[in-house]
Parts: sequence; C-alpha cells; structure tokens
Amino acid sequence: MKYAARCEALTREYHLDGGTVRALRGVDLDVPEGDFVAIMGASGSGKSTLLNLLGCLDHPSSGRIRLGEEDITLADDDRLSEIRASSIGFVFQSYNLIPQLTVIENIEVPLYYQGKLASEDRKRCRDLAELVGLGDRLGHRPTQLSGGQQQRVAIARSLVNDPYFMLADEPTGNLDSVTTEDILNLLETLNREGKTIIMVTHEPDVGQRAKRIVRLKDGLVQSDKLVVKEQGDKE
Amino acid sequence: MGIARHRPPRFRQLIAMLRLWLRTLQLGVKSLSLHLMRSLLTVLGIFIGIASVIWLLAIGEGISQKAQEQIEGLGANNVIVRSIKPPSETTEGIRGAVPYGITRADYARIMETIPTIQRGLPIREIRRRFSYAGRLVDGRLVGCTPEYFEVNRLEMALGRFLTDADMRTKANHCVLAAGTAERLFPLDNPIGKSIRVEEAYYVVIGVTKSRSPTAGIGGSLAGQDFNFDAYIPISTLWSRIGDQVVTRRSGSFEGEIVELSQATLRIREVDHVMETSDLIKETLRRHHRIEDYGVTVPLELLEQARTTRMMFILFMGLIAAISLVVGGIGIMNIMLATVTERTREIGIRRALGAKRRDIIRQFLAETVLLSVFGGLTGVLGGLTCGPISRAVRWGLDTAAPDVMEQLPDLIRAVDPVIVPWSIPLALGIAISIGVVFGLYPAVRAAKMDPIEALRHE
Repeated sequence: MKYAARCEALTREYHLDGGTVRALRGVDLDVPEGDFVAIMGASGSGKSTLLNLLGCLDHPSSGRIRLGEEDITLADDDRLSEIRASSIGFVFQSYNLIPQLTVIENIEVPLYYQGKLASEDRKRCRDLAELVGLGDRLGHRPTQLSGGQQQRVAIARSLVNDPYFMLADEPTGNLDSVTTEDILNLLETLNREGKTIIMVTHEPDVGQRAKRIVRLKDGLVQSDKLVVKEQGDKE
Repeated sequence: MGIARHRPPRFRQLIAMLRLWLRTLQLGVKSLSLHLMRSLLTVLGIFIGIASVIWLLAIGEGISQKAQEQIEGLGANNVIVRSIKPPSETTEGIRGAVPYGITRADYARIMETIPTIQRGLPIREIRRRFSYAGRLVDGRLVGCTPEYFEVNRLEMALGRFLTDADMRTKANHCVLAAGTAERLFPLDNPIGKSIRVEEAYYVVIGVTKSRSPTAGIGGSLAGQDFNFDAYIPISTLWSRIGDQVVTRRSGSFEGEIVELSQATLRIREVDHVMETSDLIKETLRRHHRIEDYGVTVPLELLEQARTTRMMFILFMGLIAAISLVVGGIGIMNIMLATVTERTREIGIRRALGAKRRDIIRQFLAETVLLSVFGGLTGVLGGLTCGPISRAVRWGLDTAAPDVMEQLPDLIRAVDPVIVPWSIPLALGIAISIGVVFGLYPAVRAAKMDPIEALRHE
C-alpha cells in the first residue's frame, strides 16, 4: 500500500515560561493514499499540533514523519516551503483567501511559489474553479463571494498542486448547515475520485462523513476506527 | 511553445525569473493601489528629495556655466586694472578736480617691466552727449586701441573698426555702437557723416552690431552696456580732450583728471595669471598713495564661482539628503504597518509554499515600487526646474526688488541647466532608498512564524 503520510512516535513539546507543554506524546498515524481521515478531539488534545506537523509548518521534537516517499523530519525551512507548495493542500476554517487577489489568482498562489506560471498552469486553475462550481466567478474578489463559495475557492486552491493530501482544518466551522452539507459532499466527491483528505474537526456529524476517525486525547491516539456508514458498508 | 522547450535551460531559467519578478511587481502594484492615498503620501518624501537632487545639480551647473561665460567674456588670460574714484574724505580740502586712477606712466611701467604680459588695451571712457542734425544721444565716449574690438567680442554691422593707422595719425574717426547709430541716424547711412561731441566733430567709419551687456562681477567690475558707445582712438582722445574732463551734472560741474579708465592686460600663459596679477598690484601700489584703482582677475572670479557653487551644492545636498532620509523612514514606517496589517496574508502565503525569500521579495518589491514611483515623479518635478526658477525670479523681481538687489549676481542671474547624468543618479538613489528602507520590514515579515501568522486576526 502506498502512503500519503506516515507518522511514527511523533512528539512535540513547547517550552514556555511556566515549563514544558507536551502537545503530542508519541503519535503513530498512517494515512494511505485515497483515505479520508477525520482527526477529532477536544481542544488541547493535540490535533492542531498534529495538523501543523502534517502540514510541514512545524518540526516534531522527536519521531519521524514521511510524506509520500520523503522523510521530512529534518527538512529545513526552505525544503518545507517547497513541500507545502508542491505537495500539500490547505483548507482553513476561515477560508484564508488573499483579499486583493481574484478567484483565479487565489487558486494560482501555490503554483506561483513553485514558479509555475505558464499558460497550461492557468488552464489548470480554471478547470479547478470549474470543478468546484465557480467557473463563472474567476474575476471576483473574495469579498464578493459567500462563505461557501470562498471555501470552494480554497478547496480548488488546495488541489491545484496535486498534493499528497488535502489538509482541512475545520473546513465547515464557519458555515451554516446547508453550506456545510455542500462542502462535505464536495469533499466526498473529491475523495471518491481518489484525493486523500485529512480533516480536523470537533463536530461528530462532520467526522462521520470521513472514512476513518482518529481520536486524540492528551497528545495520544485514543482510538482509530473506520466509520460505519448507515446506508452502505465501506469495510 | 514547441520552440521554447528547445531553448537552453539557462535561458528558460531567466525567462522564469523574469516572469516571477513581473508577477511580484504586478502583485505589488495591486497591494499598493489598495491604499492609493496612503501610497501617494508615502511617496511624497522621495519625490521631494529626488526633485531637489536634480534641482540642485541643475542650479549648480547653471552657476558654473554662467561663471564660465563671464570668465570667457572677460578672458581667463586677462587682468583688468580700473581707475576708481577715491572716497571724498581722502581728497577733502583739495580744490577743483582731483587727479586719480591709473596713469599713462603706470601703464607704460607695467607693460615694460612685466614680461609675462602679451599686450595691453588702455581705455579712457567719458560720459558724453553725441549729436547729429539736432538729434541727441547720451552715451559713452570710449577712447581705445584697435584691440578693443577683439577683446570685447564686438562685431561690425557697417564699415570697419579703428585701425593702427587711426591711432598713429590721431584721426578724428569714430565707430558707433548699434544703439547710438540708430538714434542719431534713424534713416540714413551713418558712414562718412560727422557727429558732434562737445566742440569736436568725428567722422563715422563704422557701426558695430548690438552686443548684449556684460554682467558686473563681484563688485570690482561694473556691468557694461555697449549699446550707446562711440569709439575713438585713445590717442585722439588724449590730444583733443585731454585728461581733465568736466561733466555737467544736475546743474553743477564735476571735474576729474584721469589718464586711463581701464587697462585690460593679456597674460601670455594662463598659469602665470595669478603671479602676474600680484606683480601688477605690487607695481601699482608703490606709485599710488591711496587705493584709487582696482585689479580684477577673471580667474579669481572662477574660483569664487566654484566656491559659491560648492556651497550651494553642499547646502542643497544636505536638504536633499535629509528629505530623502525622511522619505525613506516614511516608507519604512508605512511598510512596517503594512506588514503587521497583512500578517494573516503572510501566514497564508507561507502555508501555501512561500519561502522566506519569497516574502522578502514581495515586500521589497512594494517598497521599491513606491520609491521608484517617487523617483520617477521626482525626476519629472526636477525637469520643471528651469521654468519654475524663472517664474520665481520674475516674482521676486516684481514683488521684492530690494531683496533681489542684495543677492549675489551669480545667484540672481542663474539659469538652471539640467545635468543629464543627474537623472540616472536620482533614480539610482530612489531604488537604493527602496531597498535600504524596505529590507527591514521585509525581513520582519519573512521572519514571522507561519503558524502564529495564520492565527493572527
């Protein structure tokens, strides 16, 4: 089996004035390609820390992380940036589009940091906007879009570099229930088409839409279960 | 596209880099135009600084060209000796006309004893009234030698100038300046006619073209207006009028006894001008009880002009430098605020794969855009230097002529000349300011922790 990401005995400690905080205390997590994992847990459980490590925004205190074929545990800042640009797709709770850029330009940003500025790259951005249903809004600015539309742009952006996995941090946290449903359907569709998705959420309903739920508690994996779908069995 | 793929990789790399920078600049323009007013105000300091750099160099150049012209007008090889009427307290108690100034003996002594002098031009000037057929002109009767023509760069309109033969024979010949000729002979050809000066008549043998007046320099040499002159051989003047001249002035008579009004001495080599002028001063000093003469050395004026120009450039340069530094700090200040304001954006960009140097490039591009914009508009502002300074001078001339009177001549008459290399220089300064003052905010932006930055509200 090919893995999008593999974590071995990951720990992460923060040294603060008051002492040492151990956010992760030895987490093992394998994410095969094509998986849809929901990482759940109360606040302080370490899920943000894990997300940062998977997203190449942080270094572990010990343990190992591999993304695809590459061990990134000791990669330097520039290499991590390259990996983020080429192999990770971020989707944030607050969309995090760049306000002065249009829809198409926002989708393009990860390509820009890979130096891919050719016309075929532009076309790829247009296709993705089409895919998330915003083909007619390419020239709009984020402020001219609804929350759901903004999140669709963010999803298109996260896919533009054909990443190992999409890293979605509470992707529906700012959305109403109807739009949440839309976005989750979109994620499911993308997953069915073969995209690997790692989603952090604290809402059980949202977690249920994934194939697999990993629960963290106090910096450790508490449980790692496949989701039993009501209408059909995926096991 | 097919051809592009076959280009050497280095070339493709270059294209990619250019494209990246182009994109970065585009992005910079976008971000800056989001706060147009703020950007424009930020640029103002640079604008002023750059414009003043160009202005000061243009004015400096104007001063030096003006000085150059004056020196050329007087001749860098020349030393000019003039008779100066001594202040009345030194001659108190003496009745009647008092002799003063350079004498023929002085002139002969200088010419004979100082070997570095190539030739001399003695001049005697008198204010006189010229008349012809009832028409009158008040002008300057100049007794001179044929060299006068060349030394003062006169040009003939009609006839010829005085010759050595005129000198030898003490001929009653005269050459009229353009203005004199026009007033006395508005319709007919003056050549061959006789004009009257006091009791004597002189036959007109030539008319000069009109010549622009020379500016006075440094107080030691008054400006000259050549247009109402009449030139006669100095030998004629000495024999027919003599040294004692009585002028009617506002009802009273004023007498003076002067042998030479001025002598222009040409030195063989420019290198010897300063030493020779010292010798001349020394020779004169020994034979004059009082300072009734003045020695003007155009070369010295050149030095003065240089000093004036240097002082001006230093002073204005200081102002320009201050303005540029203030402008740069203004840019830095705004960029620091921008960086803080856009922390979130920086976090997003880092998460999406921006390296530290990408962030630096982005913010540096914005600062450089600001400063280059300031530089370009500053250059445009600098180019208006000529018309504006003329307007200011005109304004001062009409509003406060007394103030203008007191300004040194060089500054009063200066006409700025744009120095071509000052434009690339100014733009270079603008870009450097952008880089220097943009670096710190950009580095600060790049140093942000992406996780923190993403969390920033």
